[in-house]
Amino acid sequence: MAGIDISSLSVASAQDALRRGDFTSVELTQSVLDAIAAKDGAIGAYLTVDAEGALAGAAEADARRRAGEDRDLLGIPVAMKDIFNVKGQPCTCASRILEGYVAPFDATVVARLRAEGAIPCGRVNMDEFAMGASTEHSAFQVTRNPVAPDRVPGGSSGGSAAAVAGGIALASLGTDTGGSIRQPASFCGCVGLKPSYGRVSRYGVTAFASSLDQVGPIARDVEDAAILLQAIAGADPHDQTCLDRPVPDYRAALAGASLEGLRIGVPKEYFVEGTDPQVMALVRAAIEKAAAAGARVEEISLPHTEYAIAVYYIVATAEASANLARFDGVRYGRREVGPDGSLQSLYDLSRTHGFGPEVKRRILLGTWVLSSGYYDAYYNRALKVRTLVRRDFEAAFAKVDAILCPVAPTPAFKLDSTVNDPLQAYLCDAFTVPANLAGLCGVSIPCGRTADLGLPVGLQILCPPFEEPRLLRIARAMETLL
Amino acid sequence: MHYLVNIGLETHVQLKTRTKMFCGCLLSTETEPNTNVCPVCLGLPGALPRANKEAVKLVVMSGLMLGCEIARHAEFARKNYFYPDMSKNYQISQSGAPLCLGGGVEIHEGGVPSGAPKRIRLDHIHLEEDAAKINHYARHSGVDYNRCGTPLMEIVGMPDLASPDEAMEYLQRLREILVYAGVSDCNLEDGNMRSDVNVSLRPEGSDALGTKVEIKNMNTFKGIHAALEFEIARQTALLQAGGAVVQETRRWDGDLGETFSMRTKENAHDYRYFPEPDLLPVDLTEEQVEAWRALLPEAPEAKRERFQSQFGIPAYDAGVLAAQKPLADFFEATVAAGAPAKPAANWIMGDLLRLLGAASLDIADLRTVTPASLASLLKLVEAKTVNGPTAKELLEEIFEKGGDPDAIVKERGLAQVSDAGAVEAFARQAIDANPKPVAEFRAGKKASLQFLVGQVMKLSKGKANPKLAAEALAKLLAEG
Amino acid sequence: MSDSSLDVAHVCALAHFDLSPEEMARFQRELGPIVAYVNKLSELDLTGIEPTQYGQPVANVLREDVIEPSLDRETVLRNAPDASETEFRMPRIVE
Repeated sequence: MAGIDISSLSVASAQDALRRGDFTSVELTQSVLDAIAAKDGAIGAYLTVDAEGALAGAAEADARRRAGEDRDLLGIPVAMKDIFNVKGQPCTCASRILEGYVAPFDATVVARLRAEGAIPCGRVNMDEFAMGASTEHSAFQVTRNPVAPDRVPGGSSGGSAAAVAGGIALASLGTDTGGSIRQPASFCGCVGLKPSYGRVSRYGVTAFASSLDQVGPIARDVEDAAILLQAIAGADPHDQTCLDRPVPDYRAALAGASLEGLRIGVPKEYFVEGTDPQVMALVRAAIEKAAAAGARVEEISLPHTEYAIAVYYIVATAEASANLARFDGVRYGRREVGPDGSLQSLYDLSRTHGFGPEVKRRILLGTWVLSSGYYDAYYNRALKVRTLVRRDFEAAFAKVDAILCPVAPTPAFKLDSTVNDPLQAYLCDAFTVPANLAGLCGVSIPCGRTADLGLPVGLQILCPPFEEPRLLRIARAMETLL
Repeated sequence: MHYLVNIGLETHVQLKTRTKMFCGCLLSTETEPNTNVCPVCLGLPGALPRANKEAVKLVVMSGLMLGCEIARHAEFARKNYFYPDMSKNYQISQSGAPLCLGGGVEIHEGGVPSGAPKRIRLDHIHLEEDAAKINHYARHSGVDYNRCGTPLMEIVGMPDLASPDEAMEYLQRLREILVYAGVSDCNLEDGNMRSDVNVSLRPEGSDALGTKVEIKNMNTFKGIHAALEFEIARQTALLQAGGAVVQETRRWDGDLGETFSMRTKENAHDYRYFPEPDLLPVDLTEEQVEAWRALLPEAPEAKRERFQSQFGIPAYDAGVLAAQKPLADFFEATVAAGAPAKPAANWIMGDLLRLLGAASLDIADLRTVTPASLASLLKLVEAKTVNGPTAKELLEEIFEKGGDPDAIVKERGLAQVSDAGAVEAFARQAIDANPKPVAEFRAGKKASLQFLVGQVMKLSKGKANPKLAAEALAKLLAEG
Repeated sequence: MSDSSLDVAHVCALAHFDLSPEEMARFQRELGPIVAYVNKLSELDLTGIEPTQYGQPVANVLREDVIEPSLDRETVLRNAPDASETEFRMPRIVE
């Protein structure tokens, strides 16, 4: 039977159906491809769809199942942010500078998904090199919020969230450097999980800011997020920053999730002027439900929160200025040589015309904060304040098991509303960047919709590094309450 | 006006690892371009460096050999600059927190053995990756990334060297030590050991260093020496003509024997060093450092002194023997096998090296003569079982075909005749057969005795003990 | 407000951007307020505070010196905008 309705199908229930034999992976994958064909025109989530490869992968998965294999992701199509190397596929990072590049290797997360039997079915849109919070900085196309087509899906993993929310992917992988998984999940009404720094390999994931980037899932519910994390987590010899820590059974951690006796911290710095009252109200309501369900809620303080954005935009852009230096038109990607035919002109023109304005802006800022005379005043100072931000959380987690707060100060905003005021756009990351600076794990789960326009609003849950089981258990418990 | 010279060397030494610094690619000796490269070497999007533990170990061992302080906390850093020989457009190096600090190399003032001992201080030693090779053609340039990512150790010396000759001794000692430690082959032809040199002149009496000129990337000692001499002459002339030295980087042209200003924006560079976030810091424990220290061989300097004190051989001999580890090991093994030390030193430095030289063979590859066989030969000489000339012939024979001296001597009855009776018999024959020299001797021509001794040796086929022969002849002739 | 300490022209040279005067002016205009904003870090007294430059406080993750396969040259050169049979090709570099 083709024509499976995948618009609200979860990975877990799809897997149950595959196990029961209700449908095959080929049928499921075909249904996803059909849904993309039917709906993506209005959303614009996918940059490229590998129908042939996906169906071949599905056929292989069906064969593996017939051979007796049984895995949570066997035969499940997954949408991939355009930032991952998938052997034989393009990897543009939504940038013109990577035009023509075809990945000669699989990112570790891709290799692990394949080993689990998952099928990379297409590449979804993003802000160029993951720099942005609206996906409007893609060099290729606009991606619309499936819930409110005149609004952004958030970003930078906007395509990943829009595909899941728009019913054209069961689940997807994104990356989160300063909120790029959690914020679009909040804007689109999905679950978005940013693992602890060092939990998931970054090998083969085009780097934005090496000390902040993490790969994570965007899914329809907490269980699906746990299933995907299970597949991708764990040490990797190809990434020395991916730590050799045991990988617990995340799905099992969800069983009998309860908030009884849990100590929940609510940071007062996250409930301040400038946050949309409806967002504030929905998040507060969720916290009250947690209290009603037996959680011990207390107000806490994270005193250096107000400095997090400044630290983030210095550290992230500094690292990016070096990480993006390799895009020079010499070994791969776009090349443009000037009339004088010089190497200098090759560098200058390939980069000037290859990068969009937001990427240039951040490279300029990052180059400057490292340049002689400014290193100590800006970069090194930011690293020290990062230490203070980290200590804030260490102190907080000495008192509470988890922190509950908003993901973003607003619901999804209108297309074209921020691109002309970069600083305003940066300030919107205020609630998400601290978790990256401190290496925490965090998740965004839907906690209702705004009364006026029915826009999704996310609740952010933060836990200490490598406490994903606790994080997921709390998220699951909240999910059932909301 | 007389000027004093300050020379400082920054020496890049290729480490003897199997794989590259930050990936598992084989260290390339490959002449086919771009055959030992991977996503890391190419700086592909998403590729990540993975630090090689062996390279860290080799740098620490070098630091221990050179008396450096081993840093307990070391970090990698990114050095940013655009050039096609660095695929990421940044080089992974070490800046704020290198692996080794301080240390020094012992040389002699003036770079001559007679000079007073002089210590050339090191600033630090750090680890970094080598660049790719760029080839230039008529219409374009081409890059070969085989060499990209090769582990290099940069040994940064202080400007303590006062002449090109001191620079030479410094480099020779450094090379000796590193080859000894087994951290590098220091093969100059293969560019295993390349130096950037900086030279500055200051008027006699002033302690303030003059403006320094850097000459980059030279891989032969001779070239460095010539470049230094040229540069010192150039700067001296400049200063004496009342001119001033410009701080710049110059290129040495070996064919023309001159340095040329490179006119690059060297000084305009802003490398924007910052901690490499893809690699975690290296925090070495006391245990780890001690474990690596245990792997160190004895330093040549120390070996020289020990040879003198332990074996009572002259400083010169100790120096020659200690200079090459294989030679030193052969000597010690020979003595350990029971050979007397002084003769062992003489025979190894004399006949054995001569034979090796003639056969253009390295002692490390010598299989025929072993410390054991040389020792037994020297014991035969010491016991006067064989005489000098016979021993030389034996050594040559063993060098050719190998074999055990004791066995050969027995089997061929080469043992010299020290039995007085037997020698006297030969002496008598000699006297009877040579009336003329006998008469001359008796007439007072003492030299004739030597002729008769020669005759005795002849009759005994070289086996007679020459001393006994002379005594026997003298006695018989006296009897008349 | 604008901060003049960030000289876009100088930074463009380091980053290899060849911008028109208009673009330069625009970036100068946009980056001014951002620099002014991050200047808030100078409010803090950071004496005795160690910098945090890594994602997690961990050290000593090193690789054993074991050979792994390289890519075949055809794959190596496949993405090159210009290449010979054996090398990446670019305009002749004049030293």
